[in-house]
Amino acid sequence: MLISQFIVLGAGLFSLGVYGVLTRRNAVLILLSVELMLAAVNINMVAFDAAWGDVLAGGQIFALFIIAVAAAEVGIGLAIVLLIFRNRQSANVDELDLLKL
Amino acid sequence: MSVFAALGPLVLATAEEGAEHAADLTTSGPLLSAAWLIPVVPMVLTFAIVFWGKKLPYRGWELAVGSMGFVALYGIVLFFMNMSQGITYEGSVTLAEIGTQALGDNVGSALVFEWGWMVDGLSIMMYFVVGVVGTLVFVYAKGYMEGDARYTWFFASFTLFGGGMLVLVSAPNLIQLIVGWELVGVASWLLIGHYWEDHDASSSAIKAFLTNKIGDAALFIGAIIVGLSVGSFRFTDIMDVIASGSGSPLSRFAFWGGVAIFIGAMGKSAQFPLHVWLPDAMAGPTPVSALMHAATMVTAGVYLIARMFPFYAVDGFADEVRWVIIAVGTLTLFLTGLIALVQDDIKKVLAYSTLSQLGYMVTAMGAGAYTAGLFHLFTHAFFKALLFLGAGSVIHAVHSNNMSDMGGLRRFMPKTYSTFVIGALALAGIVPLAGFWSKDEILASIRFAGSADGYTVAQGGAWLADFVLVVAIAGAFVTAFYMTRAVSLTFFGEYKGDGHPHESPNVMTYPLVALAGFSVVAGLINIPGVTSLFTDGVGARFFAGFHELEHHAESLDLGVALIGTLAAAAGILIGYRIWFEDKETQRARDAFGVPLLYPLLRRKYYIDDAYFYGVVKPLREPVARGVDWFNGHVIDLVVNGAGFLARAAGKLVYLFDQRALDGAINASAGITSFGGGRLRLLQSGRVQQYATLLFAGTVLLVAGFVIYNGLTT
Repeated sequence: MLISQFIVLGAGLFSLGVYGVLTRRNAVLILLSVELMLAAVNINMVAFDAAWGDVLAGGQIFALFIIAVAAAEVGIGLAIVLLIFRNRQSANVDELDLLKL
Repeated sequence: MSVFAALGPLVLATAEEGAEHAADLTTSGPLLSAAWLIPVVPMVLTFAIVFWGKKLPYRGWELAVGSMGFVALYGIVLFFMNMSQGITYEGSVTLAEIGTQALGDNVGSALVFEWGWMVDGLSIMMYFVVGVVGTLVFVYAKGYMEGDARYTWFFASFTLFGGGMLVLVSAPNLIQLIVGWELVGVASWLLIGHYWEDHDASSSAIKAFLTNKIGDAALFIGAIIVGLSVGSFRFTDIMDVIASGSGSPLSRFAFWGGVAIFIGAMGKSAQFPLHVWLPDAMAGPTPVSALMHAATMVTAGVYLIARMFPFYAVDGFADEVRWVIIAVGTLTLFLTGLIALVQDDIKKVLAYSTLSQLGYMVTAMGAGAYTAGLFHLFTHAFFKALLFLGAGSVIHAVHSNNMSDMGGLRRFMPKTYSTFVIGALALAGIVPLAGFWSKDEILASIRFAGSADGYTVAQGGAWLADFVLVVAIAGAFVTAFYMTRAVSLTFFGEYKGDGHPHESPNVMTYPLVALAGFSVVAGLINIPGVTSLFTDGVGARFFAGFHELEHHAESLDLGVALIGTLAAAAGILIGYRIWFEDKETQRARDAFGVPLLYPLLRRKYYIDDAYFYGVVKPLREPVARGVDWFNGHVIDLVVNGAGFLARAAGKLVYLFDQRALDGAINASAGITSFGGGRLRLLQSGRVQQYATLLFAGTVLLVAGFVIYNGLTT
């Protein structure tokens, strides 16, 4: 079985995620792009496990862990974005430059 | 055959007696190995006086007199030890070794510089004389120098003077001897010029120093000639070479080495024609004159000849030089004695008398009479110190050096008067005072030199010995003559000076009495045929292997003694007739009716004038101009150059400071500021920019990692 197509898919997804993180202004969309990157990693995990994995199928288990962590992260991330939006009437990361001061 | 052979039986010592003694000499003992203290104590205390003298209750005098007292005590103990059992000891410390030299199978140092101390008859005699006379003169100087502006400094230089002489005397090698020689020269320069505010005193000091320098240079050359041809500067090595015979390299260069060393002795012992400094040295304080003429300085030359005696005595070495020595000594003893007749300054009378007596010593050395010459040095030290201190006492009272301001002082200064007369009689050679015995021994030795066994006959010069003997006897007459004059003009007749003279304090008269005592008894230790303590102690036992060179009278040579005494008595009587009765004016008396004699003597045979117009004046102008030019051009150039260089260096340092240092500091500040400005742009606060950089970094790292792995696998 070739895994190239999965790796290419993962790399493409990851690149899309990176692009989104770096270019999107809206915090919600950035979080969304992060999820894309996590998804790309999951695809890689599962693909490598399917190709060379052992009987424990650690790659697939790890993918489950990543999905769980990503869910938790999005939960917290969206909560933060919501609070920022409430305080500053904007979820635009360009304007979140308080650390600079 | 000598005409003096007709005088009577002549009995002189032979060698065997000395050789017997040589076996049982004392060669070790704590007293001898500690004798290095003799020169070291005065030298160290000199510095102590310079640094701490002024804070002491007696302003340094106690250290000075203490150092000399120490030497005197040590000298007395050694002197009597030596007379009873004989001592020969040599200790040394090696200071430096230079180069290497193959000596047969051994490899030794080519030049060895040693500091040592010699304890033998000759040096012990000198320790004794320097110590005893020095102590008495130092005690006296306390009274004489009272109130002097540079009192402490005077005693520091004075101690250096004595210490330098002891360094010289204790030297077991020529190098150390030269060190002491120069120390004495420097100290004498300081002391003669003690009253340097007076132009005469400072120029006299320079005159003494420069005249001595001629001798010093010759001595140095002589020491190099002898030292290099022997391969060692040690006297014992030199004597070994001489004892081993005339085949050595030394004998090839001996004549010029001997002449050079003798010229050195002529400088210090003020022999004609290098005698001119000594009378002028009277510009120094009187205690200085006393010590200089008695124990230190002028005795150094005679000491040097005595130390090198075998060199001058053994055939095949510098024995030819003895003709020079005899000629110089004889000239000196007679010519300078005559000058003393016309001097008005009492100290100059004594100075010329010293020259004359030094002439006797040198003549004796030249005639091969080692003991006689040294014995005269020994006795002369006491009565000449006595005479100078007596003159100082008179000068202290009258405040003038001139005998034309004195007269009749017998009544005012009885102690000074009586001791001075004892000194004068001892100097004139009246039985049984010290001067008689030593002068008689010299006369007898000269006569022996002219006898069949003597040195000069063997060299074909009997007539010379006769001539020298006549001159020496005439010298004895002249000595008595001028001393009678000095005593008459000073102590008899009417007082011609100002004020009321008074006897000097006890601190000055007690040394006079002590020296008078020595002047009476010092001769008794070596009466021919009766006592031979001096001969045994100083003479025969010193040069093991050279006894046959030295001759001394075994019994009194009655003929010579009688003629010598008659000459002295005649001198006193005629002097008494001319001066004591005070008939004529002084100038007329001095002229003796001989045309041209008075100006000739007053001008000191025009020798000083010849030196002045012949050497000093032609040299002084160009030298002064040269020095001026040198000062104006070379020294100023150097000073200006140094200033210019300092300025340039300052400018350079300023530029370096301004440009390089400040530039570096400013540049670092600028770089920091610029870097900060550039780096500030990174701190934009924009999260996405940070993230971009983060990703870029990660990508680069990963790319690097991948490429690296790709290359290695």
